[in-house]
Amino acid sequence: MDRRDFIKFGGAGMGALMLPMSGIAISADQLLDKPMDVAFKKKLADVALNAAKSAGASYADARIGRYLNQFVTTREKNVDNIVNTESAGIGIRVIANGTWGFASTSIMTADSIAKTAKQAVAVAKANSKFQTSPVQLAPVKGVGDVSWATPIKKNALEVPIKDKVDLLLSVNDAAMANGASFITSILFLVNEQKYFASTDGSYIDQDVHRLWAPFFATTVGPEGFKQRSGLGNPVGMGFEYLDGLEKDKIKITGANVGYNNSYDMLEDAAAAGKQLKAKLKAKSVEPGKYDLVLDPAHLMLTIHESVGHPLELDRVLGYEANYAGTSFATLDKWKSGTFQYGSDIVNLVADKTQPYSLGNVGYDDEGVKTKEWDLVKDGILVNYQAIRDQVHMIDQKASHGCCYSQSWRDVQFQRMPNVSLKPNAKDISAEDVIKDVEKGIYIAGRGSFSIDQQRYNFQFGGQLFYEIKDGKIVDQIEDVAYQSNTQEFWNSCTQMAGQSDYRVGGSFFDGKGQPSQVSAVSHGCPTTRFDNINVINTARNV
Amino acid sequence: MTILSEANAKALLEKVVKLSKADEVECNLDGNIGGNIRYARNTVSTAGEESDLTLAVQSTFGKRTGVATINEFDDASLLKVVRRSEELAKLAPENDEYMPNFGKQKYLESNTYFDSTASVSPEDRAQAAEDSIVPSKKNKLVAAGFLEESVRFSAIMNKKGLFAYNTNTNVDFSVTIRTEDGTGSGWVTRNYSDYKLLNTAEASNIAIMKAKNSVNAKALEPGKYTVILEPAASVGLLGNMVGNFQQRGADEGRSFLSYKPKEGEDREKAPKNRLGQKMFDEAVNIYTDPQHPIAPAAPFGGDGYPRKRTDWIKNGVVVNMPNSPYWAKKSSMEYVPSGGNIIMDGGDQSLEDMIKSTRRGILVTRLWYIRSLDPQTLLYTGLTRDGTFYIEDGKIKYPIKNFRFNESPIVMLNNIEALGKPERIDGNMIPPMKIRDFTFSSLSDAV
Repeated sequence: MDRRDFIKFGGAGMGALMLPMSGIAISADQLLDKPMDVAFKKKLADVALNAAKSAGASYADARIGRYLNQFVTTREKNVDNIVNTESAGIGIRVIANGTWGFASTSIMTADSIAKTAKQAVAVAKANSKFQTSPVQLAPVKGVGDVSWATPIKKNALEVPIKDKVDLLLSVNDAAMANGASFITSILFLVNEQKYFASTDGSYIDQDVHRLWAPFFATTVGPEGFKQRSGLGNPVGMGFEYLDGLEKDKIKITGANVGYNNSYDMLEDAAAAGKQLKAKLKAKSVEPGKYDLVLDPAHLMLTIHESVGHPLELDRVLGYEANYAGTSFATLDKWKSGTFQYGSDIVNLVADKTQPYSLGNVGYDDEGVKTKEWDLVKDGILVNYQAIRDQVHMIDQKASHGCCYSQSWRDVQFQRMPNVSLKPNAKDISAEDVIKDVEKGIYIAGRGSFSIDQQRYNFQFGGQLFYEIKDGKIVDQIEDVAYQSNTQEFWNSCTQMAGQSDYRVGGSFFDGKGQPSQVSAVSHGCPTTRFDNINVINTARNV
Repeated sequence: MTILSEANAKALLEKVVKLSKADEVECNLDGNIGGNIRYARNTVSTAGEESDLTLAVQSTFGKRTGVATINEFDDASLLKVVRRSEELAKLAPENDEYMPNFGKQKYLESNTYFDSTASVSPEDRAQAAEDSIVPSKKNKLVAAGFLEESVRFSAIMNKKGLFAYNTNTNVDFSVTIRTEDGTGSGWVTRNYSDYKLLNTAEASNIAIMKAKNSVNAKALEPGKYTVILEPAASVGLLGNMVGNFQQRGADEGRSFLSYKPKEGEDREKAPKNRLGQKMFDEAVNIYTDPQHPIAPAAPFGGDGYPRKRTDWIKNGVVVNMPNSPYWAKKSSMEYVPSGGNIIMDGGDQSLEDMIKSTRRGILVTRLWYIRSLDPQTLLYTGLTRDGTFYIEDGKIKYPIKNFRFNESPIVMLNNIEALGKPERIDGNMIPPMKIRDFTFSSLSDAV
């Protein structure tokens, strides 16, 4: 895969995923350059803040970012590409005449920064002519000089390229030795070094690391072809995630191995090869109503789409109406205090503090200290996800701390924090959940996903499907997708496993906004049961 | 300045190529400048301007290739980026599929640049947004829209004498207009090369009409219906299908274009793909054309190879599939690059004519959240959105609730009843289509 195909791969091969390919490519050793001196960043940030204030801004923040990425892509026995990128610059956001303005530059001289700050104020003033709802910011107390870093054990950028290439080629060999005809495997490594300063008096330096190691395997037979992607999760961890520790494996008899905070990519690739062969021979599902048991590596995406997105306050209020859509979870439902989002065992929480998660940071991109809060408590809708300029619209006084921008170049806005389903207080296993199901389907891994613009009607597929009969997994089956309505679905939740089964999965490239930006977000959950769900058969002759 | 003239781009690239010590070097220089404005709840929300200029250098020693990019252009930075790409090339394993750079090429004339788009100001954008918001407010409706315009240039040079240069402009506008109570929603989109053609008030009136007329939608039973798909409704399915037109995947047996041997047929002697087979209704003609007068594309792709008009489907028959230089050589075929646009022939009928000639059917404004269900059959799912109406006896009778569809563009393009006059959408030319037996699988409460 060359660099041009790599970009295409992002669009065609990975569904909604989007790859941030812009940036300055640098050699591997230079990725380890020391971050820019904090005192120097503070000086530059102050130039931006002072220039904005002088130009008439009532509020300003500056984000100085250095974003390092490494992508290694392989196909069967071939290394297609090794790309190192670096992107550095400053984004300046202001309020002038009650209106937001934003401008950014990669030229980090004092003159350039001051000019950019003034341009941000000019944009705000031009737009204020038609502004009818002046911005209201929830107060944030300045935190002075602070820092935060992802708690990594092994900096993935320090691991030699050869080790990464060897790992991926071994993964490809393992899949192909066990039945795959083709495989693409990839390592995505991200390091965001970002410095935030605002006129509130905050100077926040953060060092954020993320990693994802997906693979996409295909097998071809006389029956046609089948695909299986890896069951590993994107994580807020270092290279230690790929150690494949036994203690982090959860084995489901007759089905797959689930991975918690450590991923055995080789084992998963070998299993994928075998499962692909079985997929070619597997019987096609009989459509109808089934009790579904959803593995965390699958359910995380259902949570993302049917809970995470509809509870974004900007969607609820109409700010995303022209792109991602609005939400069925309207303010009147929330205000009633009785809206039954799910059954009474359903507790969904938002956070940006969960260790190893993609959303984990100390402060969000408008300087708010991160926290955990309830979204759905005992099945009732209790809150949304909101940032500084939104919370007054839900009569709250403090931002939830979930503002994010994909780079220094783009303006920050409300993005989904981690949204997770709390485990059963009783620590039962996934197999305990399966054993009570008479007629059901166990689904592992994320597959096709589609949901309407208000998040009512959804249809999800998966990677692996197993028929459950009388409490036991019996056969691998194919062509499964389930269709449901968000509220009905979560109210059909009847059982879930406990803390020992709780795993955190995520989306590395979640898209939102115009112009569109990506963000990375995790979703924790245990293996969970949903009763009487409509399953369709996706096979069709054309 | 991030938009360089052809002479300046050439001079800069010549300087970079001269610095190279590699066996081969290919340089891409890409610049852009653009602005955007976003509004919601009938008021401006965010706006910004951005510009960038990036140089990518691909160096190759034997079959080892490295890529480095940079956006600084002093002599030291240029030397640094060339050396970095060379270092990366030396670290990389050999790529058995590496193919040499192309030599000097000839290109078709380009018509992708318009001065009007290059001179848009923040005030122009604010006014364009206001022109959309005012009629919406007058109708007691709520508008959320987005306008973005950009100027880009692209230049390519290598050691073998290839030099390519092109500038293009693009304007995208879309607005969703909803009733205050959220029971009606309409949407419209416009896409041009020339900003002068944009009239946000005129476009917004279509979204206003659809918003007002989509209130009190009735529920129809899911099933197979005759549909009229507006170009914005079919472009997603067509784009996915054309995106999957790849010879390599087909030859490898993992595509809807893979040949399926008949029972008893010798698999070794059978063709690998469905090139030359009639897979679609004979009214289907889909091609790429960089010189299309309304939806032009750059006369070359990212590798500097010239683009020309190339048929993908002619009278329903698959006549070409894009490949890579490597796969073309391996399969003894000509190199067929992917196109820069999708042009589908249609007829002369307007959307209104097509509605008039429909006894019973459904008018679909757009399809949303399209995802693959089965790559073997190219089965996709997704939903209708922002204006779905029931047609009876040649007239729109009433709005209907949105549907989820599970359908394949292969089926769709075999069930054509009529094709209307093509319109530009997302840089492509797509006709409105009347399709029989389009499969809706469930209802959605979303408005």
